[in-house]
Amino acid sequence: MTTTTPKTGTSGSTPAPADQVTFTIDDVEVAVPKGTLVIRAAEQIGIQIPRFCDHPLLAPVGACRQCLVEVAAPDREGNVRPMPKPQASCTLEATPGMVVKTQRSSAVADKAQHGVLELLLINHPLDCPTCDKGGECPLQNQAMSNGRGTSRFHDVKRTFPKPIAISTQILLDRDRCVLCQRCTRFSEEIAGDPFIDLQQRGVKQQIGIFDPGVLGFAGSEPAEVYRGVQPDGTPISAATGLPSTDPADPAGPAGMATVDTSGRPFASYFSGNTVQICPVGALTSAAYRFRSRPFDLVSTPGIAEHDSNGAAIRVDHRRGVVLRRLAGDDPAVNEEWISDKDRFGFPWQGLADRLTAPMVREPGADGTRGELRPASWAEAFEAAAEGLAAARAAGGVGVLPGGRLTMEDAYAYGKFARVALGTNDVDHRARPASAEEEAFLGHHVAGSRMSVTFADLEHAPTVLLVAFEAEDEGGITFLRLRKGVQGGRTKVFSVAPFASRGLERLDGTLVQAVPGTEPEVLDAVGTSSESSVSAVAEALGPEAVILVGERLATVPGGLSAVLRLAERTGARLAWIPRRAGERGGVELGTLPTLLPGGRPVADPQARVDVGAAWDVERLPAEPGRDAEQILAAARSGELGGLVVGGLDPADLPDPAGARAALEAVGFLVSLEVRASAVTELADVVLPVAPPVEKAGTFLNWEGRPRPFPQALTSTSMADHRVLDALADAMDVQLGLATTTEVHAEIDQLGGWDGGRVAAPAAAAVEPPALGAGQAVLATWHLLLDAGRCQEGEAFLAGTSQRPVARVSATHADRLGIASGQGITVRTPRGQVTLPVAVTPMADGVVWLPTNSVGSAVRRTLGVDAGAVVEVAAASTVTTATTAADDGGTL
Amino acid sequence: MGSTLSPVLSHHWDAEKSWTLATYEADGGYQGLRKALEMDPADIVTAVKDSGLRGRGGAGFPTGLKWSFLPAPDGGPRYLVVNADESEPGTCKDTPLMMASPQMLIEGVAITSRAIGCDHAFIYVRGEILHVYRRLLRAVEEAYEKGYLGKNILGSGYDLDVTVHAGAGAYICGEETALLDSLEGRRGQPRLKPPFPAVAGLYARPTVVNNVESIASVPAIITGGVDWFRSMGTEKSAGFGLFSLSGHVQRPGQYEAPLGITLRELLEMAGGVREGHELKFWTPGGSSTPLFTAEHLDVPLDYESVGAAGSMLGTRALQIFDDTTCVVRAITRWAEFYAHESCGKCTPCREGTYWLKQVLGRIEHGQGTMEDLDTLLDVCDNILGRSFCALGDGATSTITSGIALFREEFEAHVTGGGCPLDPAASALFEYTPRRSDVRALSGTAAGTVGA
Ligand SMILES: Cc1cc2nc3c(=O)[nH]c(=O)nc-3n(C[C@H](O)[C@H](O)[C@H](O)COP(=O)(O)O)c2cc1C
Ligand code: SF4
Ligand code: SF4
Ligand code: FES
Repeated sequence: MTTTTPKTGTSGSTPAPADQVTFTIDDVEVAVPKGTLVIRAAEQIGIQIPRFCDHPLLAPVGACRQCLVEVAAPDREGNVRPMPKPQASCTLEATPGMVVKTQRSSAVADKAQHGVLELLLINHPLDCPTCDKGGECPLQNQAMSNGRGTSRFHDVKRTFPKPIAISTQILLDRDRCVLCQRCTRFSEEIAGDPFIDLQQRGVKQQIGIFDPGVLGFAGSEPAEVYRGVQPDGTPISAATGLPSTDPADPAGPAGMATVDTSGRPFASYFSGNTVQICPVGALTSAAYRFRSRPFDLVSTPGIAEHDSNGAAIRVDHRRGVVLRRLAGDDPAVNEEWISDKDRFGFPWQGLADRLTAPMVREPGADGTRGELRPASWAEAFEAAAEGLAAARAAGGVGVLPGGRLTMEDAYAYGKFARVALGTNDVDHRARPASAEEEAFLGHHVAGSRMSVTFADLEHAPTVLLVAFEAEDEGGITFLRLRKGVQGGRTKVFSVAPFASRGLERLDGTLVQAVPGTEPEVLDAVGTSSESSVSAVAEALGPEAVILVGERLATVPGGLSAVLRLAERTGARLAWIPRRAGERGGVELGTLPTLLPGGRPVADPQARVDVGAAWDVERLPAEPGRDAEQILAAARSGELGGLVVGGLDPADLPDPAGARAALEAVGFLVSLEVRASAVTELADVVLPVAPPVEKAGTFLNWEGRPRPFPQALTSTSMADHRVLDALADAMDVQLGLATTTEVHAEIDQLGGWDGGRVAAPAAAAVEPPALGAGQAVLATWHLLLDAGRCQEGEAFLAGTSQRPVARVSATHADRLGIASGQGITVRTPRGQVTLPVAVTPMADGVVWLPTNSVGSAVRRTLGVDAGAVVEVAAASTVTTATTAADDGGTL
Repeated sequence: MGSTLSPVLSHHWDAEKSWTLATYEADGGYQGLRKALEMDPADIVTAVKDSGLRGRGGAGFPTGLKWSFLPAPDGGPRYLVVNADESEPGTCKDTPLMMASPQMLIEGVAITSRAIGCDHAFIYVRGEILHVYRRLLRAVEEAYEKGYLGKNILGSGYDLDVTVHAGAGAYICGEETALLDSLEGRRGQPRLKPPFPAVAGLYARPTVVNNVESIASVPAIITGGVDWFRSMGTEKSAGFGLFSLSGHVQRPGQYEAPLGITLRELLEMAGGVREGHELKFWTPGGSSTPLFTAEHLDVPLDYESVGAAGSMLGTRALQIFDDTTCVVRAITRWAEFYAHESCGKCTPCREGTYWLKQVLGRIEHGQGTMEDLDTLLDVCDNILGRSFCALGDGATSTITSGIALFREEFEAHVTGGGCPLDPAASALFEYTPRRSDVRALSGTAAGTVGA
């Protein structure tokens, strides 16, 4: 298999051909592009100049003064003159003929560096034996290599009460801080979440959130110290922070939804990066604090499984337990950043509800379905094989693999369905989807790997987002877009119901669209004179990129309109789904109309190709059912059985209907990591390995393979291996027991240069008429929400945004409510009540987070974006509650 | 009074209600602006360049040259910012100037703004000097009323707005880039240079930052002419300036004189040091400049000569200390000031001033060691030239020079376990010791010897 990055026109980083500058460092001649900082140039020739505040991805500040070097430079006449003082090499651009002497060749530089280090240590606490950073701390390392044996400081150290909690997850020991400002610069420059800043001055200067106690406002309480957690994870005392007290604007100036669920205003999705780049142990995470020593950890590179970015991570584990995850350094994808979800959201892989042994259902003596009981693998395979054979005879078996698969596993599901079950009834899309989307994926996405890359986002002059919230649904994709925007290269437009805080931080322009009217808006680009639409028309060209989210599948005609727009303007078009396995599924054959490599099922040549590679006479030719049709067929008894991978029925468009299908179907095989709503109903349960316990490859939204090794030793098997063995029990040879076999087969199959699925041409539908008290629902997932893969991490959950509903001011007036008061959104299925945040948006639209605490839209309301819902002022409640949390009807 | 005085800036300070526009006009005020409005802006820059006026804010950078660094106009705004943050211990020239003659500053602002193509100028006033702030506000109001500011100034078609802004009380906000950040509403901390303010200053637009006295000198240059201005001072330090004498002098105050005058001459005019006492040490340019002693009485007070003698002309804040003064005590007070005012951005200054202050405090109170003296010098060496801005450098000046000049006195504090001098003797007012345990080693309890 091709696990290396396919070649494309645009590479990960595109350094402009710059003028070269030649100069010397420690008598070594070095040539670097103009504008290169001396500290970077030194790295290139293997000279490490000590530093604290410098970070290659942050703008220089020259604050710590650790990187001082001696410099001489030619004057106007060309005589090389020494500069009077040592210079900070992290802020100094190399110039031709410059002569730099580092600590290696200059006593002045060496003394300056020793001096600064000594000064950094005078107020540093002797925390090293208990500090999380001890053992991997740049300050400690330099104190060991360049520090004095004994201290000359005999006076009183500055101390602070500690630690204070910046959020439930991020803790700060102010006395350990060297005030390098990396954390604040990251927050401001990269994430655009400037909730922490420097305060006070001189030796009292410190990092913090806005805190009247720290600032010494009259009558304020001193900053409260974090006292750890109880065994169940709840904090012993509420941590500090400034919950807003203004009833009109419950979040203060930052805007309501930026208050996290603990009431603090540091609701950043990227805050964990500050812990990683802090060069000392000043910033720590509550989840990891005091848990281990770095030298006891084993590190394995990994790929984050929470979204379709394929961010590089490092998994640190000890004796079979993952203790933390860090961002990996991959300039082409995530640079050095990851989202907090990717960093902290790993406990789900080791929770108590992990399935460890296969189970089979023991039919009740009285003829009832009976109970699940543990079984041997042999017995479970046999039971599954028998059951599936019978089900196949009784109408066929549908396969729902779920959207989180590696390429290897996706390939195995696709092949299993076609070869072992003889069906094209396979669909990985565990979310609202459509036939139009399937055609779009087959036509535009499958087989078009790396046509748009992360680097393109940062260099494109224009990026148009359609049904895609870059921050909530894109994670680090947002950071890359923001980099382009901050660099003055990229202008962002977004077709959305309102300007989210993410869009605001992209300096983006909203092209307002009521859910369902996206096709109309997209088709108007080029003809409409509405200012934002005509601005898009002007900005879209061959250099531009359109990013479309998976949500557009729910809008009839939406994806057809996007394709038309791309065609019209020449802009490149990329599809960014939320889940890690979606793109892999499209490419590896888990859609009912697509075989691996984007080969249309309907194309006889494609079937012959694949059949030959798979060594089967013929492949099923009739197009399969999609997920909704599979479930409907299972419900009606048309299908005899289901094979279900890792999916949560609550994510499906109709959770209640899905559950009914799982209950009704004759035979249900579940491949799962943790006990789930599917397990409960399954006839045979086959436990599979979570990402840390297997090797595999995610295919990210770019179409870039992201291979990762197995981190933990485990007896768990990857899905492909389980499917291979299951097929074996059915007397079918899949030949997919090892990743090597899978890769060999994918490589052998190769690409497809035949015809593609035809482009969709679905018609838009008329927007629904609204009666009194009705509104159109808008909804998407917040990055941190009530998803199953975030379970087990209370500290992370505390940093998720406080769920709110959004309506326009006029709308709120009509309902007689103001920001902070309760609003109830109702369908015949159920109702959701949340505090409302009045937001500039179209009247007659109400927005809810799709799956947050108190707002399980699909489960409770049974509808999705574009649906007409009833809206009213809540009778009493002002906090988030859900009337029908279990998905039952009212 | 001695013939060496050259009252230009202070010319009408003794007039009745000297700060009013009417008084200023009666003394020839706003003739410079009238003339400047007739001139080509480039010629104003050239005149100031040719005059040899150097920045009066401390660094002595040639003012006209600074103006000429602004890039060619691109149609966007350009700013003049007047640095009136005067906060250096001992420096007290801008405050009286603005109190007595605010219109002179405003006239300077108008001429300078016209010269550099600015139509919105700012005066950033130290937050603590509320009285000055009010006086400036009124003066600006008066100038608007008389058409010296605002739209179509004196019918010339030139428009200028002036905003007076009060700081929040931080010495560092006198550093020009920290001042700009503060003016923009941010934390006052120095910016990384380049880009220099001339290229990207206030709101990232080309900006000139000048001291109050520099700008107030401009009208006289325009009316008096380059040759007149150059007839005063020295070749490289042309013109006149305010010399602020404070401390143990008979008649402290502002002495406006040509640059190059000596302390001996100034003291003569000021009636000498305190009756019955000898000069012990003095600062030539405020607390950030290395100390001088009686040996330096004849050093001409111009940039070059003071530099050659090992100090800096700085802000010409001459703080005079007679033989009753404990040098350790004086230096410790300054060190406390720098520790309090360090902005915290860079390690050497933030941590170093905190350390110096504590070591000096111990020595002052007899708890120092001989090793401490070497530590002080070495810490100063690790701050000087290593910190981000000149505040850190300035913090070390008096310590390094003080130990070099008065090492025995430091040692006496160590060996004697306390101060050999009586603080009350040096006080110019009734002295109440802050700490009851402070005993003079002379055997008498502190406070018993009157001033
Ligand atoms: C810590 C520090 C404080 C300063 N304070 C002042 C001040 O209060 N007033 C002033 O004019 N310049 C002050 N300066 C100097 C300014 O940075 C700047 O050089 C000056 O305003 C330029 O004006 P000039 O060229 O007219 O002298 C200070 C510099 C430093 C490093
Ligand atoms: S908390 Fe860490 S990253 Fe932030 S300023 Fe302090 S040392 Fe630097
Ligand atoms: S020297 Fe450093 S800490 Fe001191 S005031 Fe300047 S920037 Fe701030
Ligand atoms: S690394 Fe250069 S000043 Fe901090």
